[in-house]
Formats: sequence, C-alpha cells, structure tokens
Amino acid sequence: MALIDGLYTEGEKIADTKAPNVPIERKWTQRKFDAALVNPANRRKLSVIIVGTGLAGGAAAATLGEAGYRVKSFCYQDSPRRAHSIAAQGGINAAKNYKEDGDSVFRLFYDTVKGGDYRARETNVYRLAEVSANIIDQCVAQGVPFAREYGGLLDNRSFGGVQVSRTFYARGQTGQQLLIGAYQALERQVAAGTVEMFSRHEMLELIVSDGPDGKRARGIIARDLVTGEIETHLADAVVLASGGYGNVFFLSTNAMGSNVTATWRAHRKGAYFANPCYTQIHPTCIPVSGDHQSKLTLMSESLRNDGRIWVPKRREDCDKDPRDIPEEDRDYYLERIYPAFGNLVPRDIASRQAKNVCDEGRGVGPMVGDFRRGVYLDFADAIARLGEDAVRAKYGNLFDMYAQITGENPYETPMRIYPAVHYTMGGLWVDYDLESSIPGLFVAGEANFSDHGANRLGASALMQGLADGYFVLPNTIRDYLAKGPFEELSEADAAVAEARKSVEDRTQKLLSINGERSVDSFHRELGNIMWEYCGMERTAEGLQKAIDLIRALRDEFWRNVRVLGAADTLNQSLEKAGRVADFLELGELMCIDALHRRESCGGHFRAESQTEDGEALRHDDEFAYVGAWEFTPGTAESGIDSGTMGPPVLHKEDLVYQAIELKQRSYK
Amino acid sequence: MATTTAPAKRRTRARDTTVFLKFLMATTGIVFIGYVLLHMYGNLKVFAGQEAFDSYAHHLRTFGEPILPYGGMLWIIRIVLVASILGHLYAAFTLWSRANGARSQRYAVKKAAKATLGSRTMRWGGVAILVFVVWHLIHFTIVKPAINADVSASAIAESPFTMMVASFQLWWMVAIYLLAMIALGLHLSHGTFSAQQTLGWTQTARGYQRARTIGYVVAAVVVVGFALPPLAILFGIVG
Amino acid sequence: MKLTLKIWRQDGPNAKGDFVTYQVDDILPDMSFLEMLDVLNERLIAEGTEPIAFDSDCREGICGMCGLMISGYAHGPKQTTTCQLHMRSFSDGETITIEPWRADPFPVIRDLVVDRSAFDRIIASGGFISVNTGSAPEAHAAPVPKENADRAFVAAECIGCGACVAACPNASAMLFTAAKVTHLGELPQGQPERYSRVVSMLNQHDAEGFGGCTNIGECSAACPKGIPQDVISTLNADLRHALRTGR
Ligand SMILES: Cc1cc2nc3c(=O)[nH]c(=O)nc-3n(C[C@H](O)[C@H](O)[C@H](O)COP(=O)(O)OP(=O)(O)OC[C@H]3O[C@@H](n4cnc5c(N)ncnc54)[C@H](O)[C@@H]3O)c2cc1C
Ligand code: HEM
Ligand code: HEM
Ligand code: SF4
Ligand code: F3S
Ligand code: FES
Repeated sequence: MALIDGLYTEGEKIADTKAPNVPIERKWTQRKFDAALVNPANRRKLSVIIVGTGLAGGAAAATLGEAGYRVKSFCYQDSPRRAHSIAAQGGINAAKNYKEDGDSVFRLFYDTVKGGDYRARETNVYRLAEVSANIIDQCVAQGVPFAREYGGLLDNRSFGGVQVSRTFYARGQTGQQLLIGAYQALERQVAAGTVEMFSRHEMLELIVSDGPDGKRARGIIARDLVTGEIETHLADAVVLASGGYGNVFFLSTNAMGSNVTATWRAHRKGAYFANPCYTQIHPTCIPVSGDHQSKLTLMSESLRNDGRIWVPKRREDCDKDPRDIPEEDRDYYLERIYPAFGNLVPRDIASRQAKNVCDEGRGVGPMVGDFRRGVYLDFADAIARLGEDAVRAKYGNLFDMYAQITGENPYETPMRIYPAVHYTMGGLWVDYDLESSIPGLFVAGEANFSDHGANRLGASALMQGLADGYFVLPNTIRDYLAKGPFEELSEADAAVAEARKSVEDRTQKLLSINGERSVDSFHRELGNIMWEYCGMERTAEGLQKAIDLIRALRDEFWRNVRVLGAADTLNQSLEKAGRVADFLELGELMCIDALHRRESCGGHFRAESQTEDGEALRHDDEFAYVGAWEFTPGTAESGIDSGTMGPPVLHKEDLVYQAIELKQRSYK
Repeated sequence: MATTTAPAKRRTRARDTTVFLKFLMATTGIVFIGYVLLHMYGNLKVFAGQEAFDSYAHHLRTFGEPILPYGGMLWIIRIVLVASILGHLYAAFTLWSRANGARSQRYAVKKAAKATLGSRTMRWGGVAILVFVVWHLIHFTIVKPAINADVSASAIAESPFTMMVASFQLWWMVAIYLLAMIALGLHLSHGTFSAQQTLGWTQTARGYQRARTIGYVVAAVVVVGFALPPLAILFGIVG
Repeated sequence: MKLTLKIWRQDGPNAKGDFVTYQVDDILPDMSFLEMLDVLNERLIAEGTEPIAFDSDCREGICGMCGLMISGYAHGPKQTTTCQLHMRSFSDGETITIEPWRADPFPVIRDLVVDRSAFDRIIASGGFISVNTGSAPEAHAAPVPKENADRAFVAAECIGCGACVAACPNASAMLFTAAKVTHLGELPQGQPERYSRVVSMLNQHDAEGFGGCTNIGECSAACPKGIPQDVISTLNADLRHALRTGR
C-alpha cells in the first residue's frame, strides 16, 4: 500500500462495540447488567496482573482483590504508595452539586467533552461523570482527609476553567491523599492474601498467546529491579495502569521514572496507540533555571483563582524588579484577551498565550537560550484583599515549595511561571469496557486514551483514575474473566519463550554497546526535539524535521549508548536505557500523529490551522475521529529494535456526538 | 464489588509491644519522681534544725502506727521502690538492647537536630543514678560509715541530722552529691516530659509544650532542692 | 561551587561497603542535591565508572522515594526532602558525607538505596479503614469537626520516606506508625478499628525490628512534612486504651 506523507498507511475504521445501544444515561447501568457475572467460588481460580499502583492500578487491584480474584500487582517504585499519582495537587472533580450551583452529571459530562475540544468518546465521558459522585463517597469512607468547612462538611472549589465549584481537595496534596487511600485498601488486600505485590519490578514485555482460546494477553515479563532477574508472570487477564508518557519530553512534571515502556511494549504486540500526540502543557510550572535541570515542578493551577498573570507591556521592563513596574505598564494579557474567563481560561489557552508573550520578547526571569521564559503570577491584589494569612492558609505549601526551589519569597515578589509538559491524553486505545485491541488486555487511567479528548480539564485525571480503578474496570473485566480460566500456559510455550528471550536479548544488547554517550544525554536531546517541534505549537515542516532527527538519534542510540554495570543487580542506568529506547520509538509516532492531524484542537496547536486573530481552528469535518495507530514491524537493519519500526497503520474511530452538539470552543 | 475475603488477622496483644515496656518505665518513673520530691522535702527540713529533722526521720518510721508496725510505712515504700527499680531497669535494658539491634551498622557522621542533652543521656545517666543510689544507700542507710573523722559512728547512728552534717562538711562528698544531682536533673528533665508523652497526655501542641515545661521545672526543683542542704552544711549555714 | 563528597558505595546487599571520595566543581547553587549527584553520575559514566545508585522519583518532595543521610542529617540540614534540598544550603569548598538510611529493618540494596518495604507491612497490618468498594455511605453522612479533620490531615501528610527512622537514635519507626494511627483515629470512619489497629500495627512495627521510641524527637525534626511528635502521644494513648479494654 502506498505510504501517506511517506510515513504511514491507513487501515480499516474501528469502533467501540461494547457500549449498549440505549440512551446515554442508561448505558452504564445496562452494561453492568449485561456483563457476565463470575461466581464468587470461581474467582479464586481467575488471576489478573495489574501493572501500576497509581490511582487507577491501585484502586483496581484493591477492588479486584476484594472481589476475590487472584491479583498480582506491579510497580517500579519501592512501594506502591509512590506511584506518580501522589504528585497531583489541585483536586478531584465530582458531580455532587454540594454547592447547589447548578452542577449535575450532565454538566460535568458536558464540560469534560467541551474541555477536551470534542475529541473524546461521549459514552465513556458520560460514565465518568456518572460514577464521579461514588468516588467521593468511597474515598471519604477510606479516611481521605478532604478539606472541610467549619460545619464539618466537605468543601469544594472551582478549578481550571469551569464555573461551578465541584472540585474536592486536600490542601495541595489531593493526589497524595487519594493515592494513600487506594494504597491502604491495596495493602489490606495484600494482608488478606488476595493481592500479591511486586514492587521494584518493571514490566518489560507483554505475553500474547495465540492458543486454542484465540489471541489473548496472558501475562508479562518483568525485571526484578533489585536482583535483575527476568521473571515470567502469567494470568487470565492483564491490566495496564502504568500512567502517562510525558517524560518523552525529558523535562516534564512527571516523576523521573514515568515511562511508556509498559504501553509501548503492548503496542508493539498489537495494541493500538490512540492520539499519541495529544499532550497537555500545564501553564503554571516553575520556569527552567538551567541545563542541569532534571524535571519541572508544577504549581497547582488553583493558584490562578487568586493570582493575576501579567508581563510588562514593554520589553525594556522585562529585567526590572516587578514591584517597580507601575500598573499602567503591565499587561494582564489573559484578562485583556479573554475578559469572561480572565486568568481562569483552560490550560492550553493559558499556556499558549504565555508562550506567545515570551516569544514576543516580553517574558521575565533569567534568559534561557534566546528568550526569557516566564510570566508573573502576582498575588499582591489577593494579599491586599484577603490578607497574607488567608493567602497563606490557602496556598501556603505551594508558596513554600516555590520559595524552596527558586530561593525567592512569593509573598513579596510575584512568582514566575512557565508552561511545562504535564499530562498525556493519548494512550492505548480502549473500548467502553477499557479493553484494548488485544483481547484480555485492559488499560486504565492515564495509560489509556479514553476520556479527555484533545485536552484534559483540571481535576479530572484523578477522577478518571479512580473511576476506572474502583468502578469501571472491576465491572467490565468480569465479563471477560467469566470466559476463563483459560488454558494453563507453561514457560515453555512459544509466546512466553519469545517474550522472555526478547527481553533478555535487549538487556544484553544495551549492556554490550558500550558506546560514548550516556542515556541521559540521548533523553535530553530527544526531549529538546519533542519540545521544539511537537510541543505547544506544531508545523508540518517542523514535524517532518523532528521525525528525521528522531530516527537519526535512535540509530545513534543503538550504536553509541553507554550503559555500565551488570544485568544481575540494581542497575539504574539500565532501567533508564530501556525506557529511553522506547521513548525514541514513541517520539516518532507522536510526530507522525501530530503531522497527520492538520487541525488545531485542544492542547494541540497547528500553526497552519488558526483563525485570523490567531485562535485555534478545529476541523470537525475532517478530524472528528480518534487516531488509533497499529504497529507494524520493520526490517531489522542495525541490530535489535532500531530500524524495526515499520510504517504504522492508522485506524480511525469516528466520534459521534448524540447527547451534545459539536461546537467551536470559545472562551472570549 | 461484593467481597468474599476478609483480611487475615494475626493474634496480637497490646502487652507484647515496646510501648507496653514504655508504660512500665513511665509509671515506675513517676513513682520515682514522687519519691524524690518527698525525699527532697524531707531533706529540706535540715533548715528547721536538728530536732525537727530527727523527729521527722523518726516520724517516718512511726507513721501509720499502730496499724502498721514500726518502720512499716518505710518498708512499704522500700518494697514499692525496689519493685519499681526492677521494672524500670528491665524495661530500660530491654529497650536499650532493642535499639542497639535496630542499627547494627552505625553512621559515620550523625548529628542531632533537636535532641536535648537529657534525652541523649537517659541510658548512661540512668546507670550513673543507679551507681549513685547504691553508694547512697551504703552511705546513709545500710552501713552508715563514719567518713568524717571528727564525728563518731555512734553519734551518726543516734541522729540522722548529725549524719548529714558530718558528711557534707567534706567538700568532696558534696561534690559527689552535686554531680549525682546533675545526672538526676538531666534524667528528669527528659524523663518527666517523656513519661507524660508515653502515657498519652500530650496530644496537642499545647499539651506537648506543657509537658516539656513541667519536665524542666521538676528537674530544676529537684536539683536545687537537693543541692541546698549539702551546700548549706558545707558553708556552715546549717549545723 | 566546589565540593568534596564522601559517598557510601556498596555493590550489593551482602557486599561490604565503604566511602569513596569525589571532587565536584561547577555546581550551581540552584541545583537540587540530586541534580548535583546527577552531574557527578554523568561524569562517572564518562569515566567508565558505574554511577552511584540512589532513589528518587517525583523530585517534588511528595513521593517519599528519595532520602539520604547528608553530613549527619536525614535529608540534609534543612527540614525537607533530599530532592527539595538545594545546593545553596551548602557553602563552597564544603565536605559532605553521604550515607544511606541506616537501620536493620532497612537493609541496603546498593550504594545509597535501601529497602523500606517494612513500612508497607506495617500499613498492611492495619493501617487502613476496612471499607469495600461500592459499599460506602454518602460522603456527607458523617460530618467531621474541623479540628479533627485538620489534625487527621497533618498526620496524613506522611510520605513514608523513612527519615524518622534514619534520624532516630533508636532507629524507631514510631513517628511513621503514629502518623497513620492518628490520621485514621481522628476520623469518625476510623473509629471501629481504632484500638485493634494500634495493637496490630505496633506488633508489626516491633516484629520488623525497629527500636522502641524514647521520645527523643529527632524524628519530627527530620521529618520533611514536620509531622509533630504529639502523634506518638496519641498512639500511646490509643494503646493504653487497648490495654485497658483487654486487646
Ligand atoms: C504534578 C502533577 C499534578 C497533577 N495534578 C492533578 C490534579 O490536581 N488533578 C487531576 O485530576 N490530575 C492531576 N494530575 C494528573 C494525574 O495525577 C495523573 O494523570 C494520574 O494520577 C495518573 O494516574 P495513573 O493511575 O493512571 O498512573 P500513575 O499514578 O502514573 O501510576 C503509574 C504506575 O505504573 C507503574 N509503572 C509504570 N510503568 C511501569 C512498568 N513498565 N512496569 C511496572 N510498573 C510500571 C508505576 O510504578 C506506577 O505505580 C497531575 C499530574 C502531575 C504530574
Ligand atoms: C536506676 C537506674 C536508672 C536507669 C538505668 C534509668 C534509665 C532510664 C531509661 C533508659 C529511660 C528511658 C529513656 C526515655 O524514655 O527517654 C528512663 C526513663 C525514665 N526514668 Fe529512669 N533510670 C533510672 C533511674 C531513674 C530514677 C531514679 C528516676 C527518678 C527519680 C527515673 C525517672 C525516669 C522517668 C520519669 C523516666 C521517663 C519514663 C518514660 O519515658 O516514659 N529513672 N530511665
Ligand atoms: C543531696 C541529696 C540527698 C541527700 C542529702 C539524701 C539524704 C538521705 C538521707 C539522710 C537518708 C537516710 C534517711 C533515713 O534513713 O531516715 C536517705 C535515704 C535514701 N535516699 Fe537520699 N538523699 C539525697 C538524694 C537522694 C536521691 C537523688 C535519691 C534517689 C534517686 C535518694 C534515695 C534515697 C533512698 C532510696 C533512701 C533510702 C530510704 C530508706 O529506705 O530508708 N536520695 N537519703
Ligand atoms: S513521619 Fe515524616 S520522616 Fe517519617 S516517614 Fe513519614 S514523612 Fe518521612
Ligand atoms: S527520634 Fe526516636 S525516640 Fe521516638 S520521638 Fe522520635 S522515634
Ligand atoms: S523524589 Fe519524591 S520525595 Fe524526593
């Protein structure tokens, strides 16, 4: 078949087949009813592997353990409690309408689809909104210490571009508190013997068997990061809840170990990767201060509720002490351009405008490269209005964090912020049941693509993770498990042996190259390419260039990387090398996806597709679909893995909106 | 999701925990504090003169008569004290050896950020107190040796006041006692706070601060109260 | 900045370790402590020496993965996590000694990496509220007085980093254990299991081989989340209650 743009081919369309054909409000109830039940006595005979112990994976493991299945849970950290979900600050949405401000399941659903710029699947999002209220009940019962009012009832705030107060929070540590809740539930099951925990284990391959039961995901190959042992784990179903892949950009707000390996390996085994180019750039991060930087730190977006964003009107003022710049010389650009939403416009808009003013040369802070990359987030008004104590009570820990990192006192001088990669909306393609295109492989949380379209609203990732883990997956996976137990696999099975061998070979290969450059140096270079050409603003030309650069870099990686040490001990360079190797492949797919989507939507701005006044222009006629990519192997030219990526196949899933109408987003 | 499993419960008992040992230490510690305060009060009677002090000592022995025999009260106190010492020591040494076992590989560099001198010297300080008490009992209760050549053994046996005065006219005797009192003061400055914390009386920031203050006050009172009589004798104010 | 680093290196759990001295220059005050080690590691790789193994993940002070003994202080001289400690807290020319957490229940895995799974087992022994998914009552059914909610929150902030153990002269994990006991014990939802929880968690704490607490308070001074020592008092009070009621 002829290559499109010389890069990919197009395959058959795909569609979700699992959402029942009833009105949207009844779909989930109906699906739960239709899904087969598993007799409690049989559950002990069924096993599930869950990779990831974040909100999605931790909650799923706890719930499936409770239900009586045999669960094996994996994470690469030393404890499940450290999954990256712990870092979420701002809050979690739920349609509780405790504030009586007009919120409802439908409004949460509507806001989420709209916030995602109409690129999410309606049915999944509706269900998310529907179960959101249960999440809060569940977490409160577990002892999650949400913020409360003086009367003892739960407090809410409004968050990230919505006009109702539906965000539940626990100071600036909501993710931590929710995760600890899930972790405790998980540990309870560990003690009960239903969940077996494998921490410091990294999944390196998926086992897909093609036995008499048909093609199914049946297990994983994992490396014990302490002993280096390559282990085979088999089960009746596999769940990936391995989080997002924002670290492809090297600098992001993700944890150092966040990776794409689990999902990428599954992709290579046949799972479709949907919308890989959809990344969210978060507007309120602490700016980069130099080359040594290993990661970026997010400041909760809740800061935008009280802080005002501005830059100097004139370039000459950019290196002045901000307190000496008079009111009339300041440009509160968000308030100016978007009077209705002001500083609370969605993340993508806030980020892009920040980039624009910095590109105009009006950024503030130290020079990084040719520009100052930072804008002010000023609390002077809030402090004058509410008093310093009130501001401290609300944002104290964020201010402390800022002071600690930058060495500046934000109560006195305005904070400096700049956008940074934060979340990836793309991920493995799943249907309504969260099942991927490989039977028996389920994907939950940030690792799947399902609920946020082209842009995620604040406080909705936590909601999705817990919805998937506590409520959705446990109900849908039983429909699959009811068909099991499947035929026992042995280690000698061809699929198992092949998976294992490929992991061993790859490990050996990485250790034997012994080239000149460290893993980090490759990662950093890849990150620069991605940020430059596949970041906030993209052009066809830039993306083409990026693809060439990534290919060359990947090639060099497999010839010239230096990974010291041995395979049979804790070897952090080896861990990183494996992750970066996968990022080097993913990066290319992201660029291909970005290139083919010639529209601006959500967090994804294509320079070729904008309105006259420079706003994003979506093309619903051409692009109202999910781009799900199928992997094709290439021809091995230079050793293992490199050069083995063939042109991917694009499968489109048309997005059909029945419950709400497609509209151009406008925040003006 | 319906649950078909219940968490496995291992049989565990509250009295098998290290915190139980701490209760033992705290209650016996409080007994000591009470005793030491009373004893100090008794010692301060030397300022009231020989007669008052001797009759106080006598009174201690006749207290509770005729329900208790002569010296009965004293024996009850002694039994309580001995039992407490045994309990206190048992708990102290058990926890001590546990702590040593919990860190067999030591740090090359370790600094204290907040720990008080008192808290860091509890163990060796306690041992010092133990040594002192043994010596003290030989000195004033069991053997009552005539250390001061100017005063005869029979005079000492006759009057506790004389016994005190004879001893503390010697500067080195005063020095030994003062050193012991410093050890005791350190032990109590942390111990008094620690006992309250162990018994769960310091659950708020204020309660915690209060317990700290009580600790320092008790320690100061005990040190000063005990130190006064020997110093007064040494400098000839009493006797 | 120029610094002399004395770093503990140990090849594996059973290997004998020792200090190795490294000189680093071009360290910027804005670097975090771990970024300084990254710089050193890049150099070691270039020289063909295996880089120093140390744990970190979030690098924002919340996951609790990082943790080093820095010149005698857990997480260094500031009350924060190692990842949030910046080089501006040190002076040019300083010698810094870097050791792993030392406690027998935290065996060294390699270099500066230790195994803290004992903490997970303490939580597994009872550090939870037994509620099954889907069976929770409406969240507003049980109001929580603000003081209790606030104190529960303060205790719940623990990130499980292990600095309390590392700093405690007795290698006791009492602050960690007490933080969880207090977090759950302050909430109405935590009441039914309150006293059985403290008994089983303490038994597990002791079984792991941690030392007993003698209220020294180094733990709270080192705790990056500033968990106050009064939570230990709450644990003690709860245990006393358990004792009285014969648990
Ligand atoms: C700084 C920050 C702040 C945020 N704030 C908010 C917020 O306020 N509100 C909100 O809704 N969302 C927020 N988000 C987004 C949200 O936190 C995440 O999207 C969400 O927590 C992801 O959860 P998860 O369960 O899918 O995955 P994660 O929590 O990322 O967990 C991934 C798990 O997978 C494991 N894993 C990964 N790869 C492997 C492998 N190869 N082998 C074995 N195990 C593996 C990891 O060990 C980990 O346990 C924030 C994100 C960041 C970065
Ligand atoms: C006989 C020798 C003694 C030894 C070896 C000893 C040792 C100890 C030790 C190791 C502790 C625990 C440290 C701590 O909790 O921080 C302790 C606590 C204490 N000791 Fe002693 N001690 C001795 C005598 C005394 C005496 C004579 C008194 C009082 C006059 C006393 C009062 C206390 C108190 C109040 C505590 C605090 C209890 C607690 O922590 O809950 N001790 N002692
Ligand atoms: C300057 C300090 C002290 C002085 C002058 C002093 C003096 C005395 C005297 C005179 C007696 C004998 C009383 C009698 O037999 O009637 C005595 C007994 C005793 N003292 Fe002290 N004492 C001092 C400090 C202490 C301390 C610090 C402790 C304990 C920690 C202590 C514990 C005892 C005990 C246990 C007895 C024995 C009581 C008995 O059973 O008869 N003393 N002391
Ligand atoms: S109590 Fe503090 S020091 Fe201890 S593990 Fe928790 S956060 Fe770390
Ligand atoms: S330092 Fe140790 S002794 Fe107790 S108060 Fe803290 S655990
Ligand atoms: S790396 Fe997460 S707390 Fe330091």
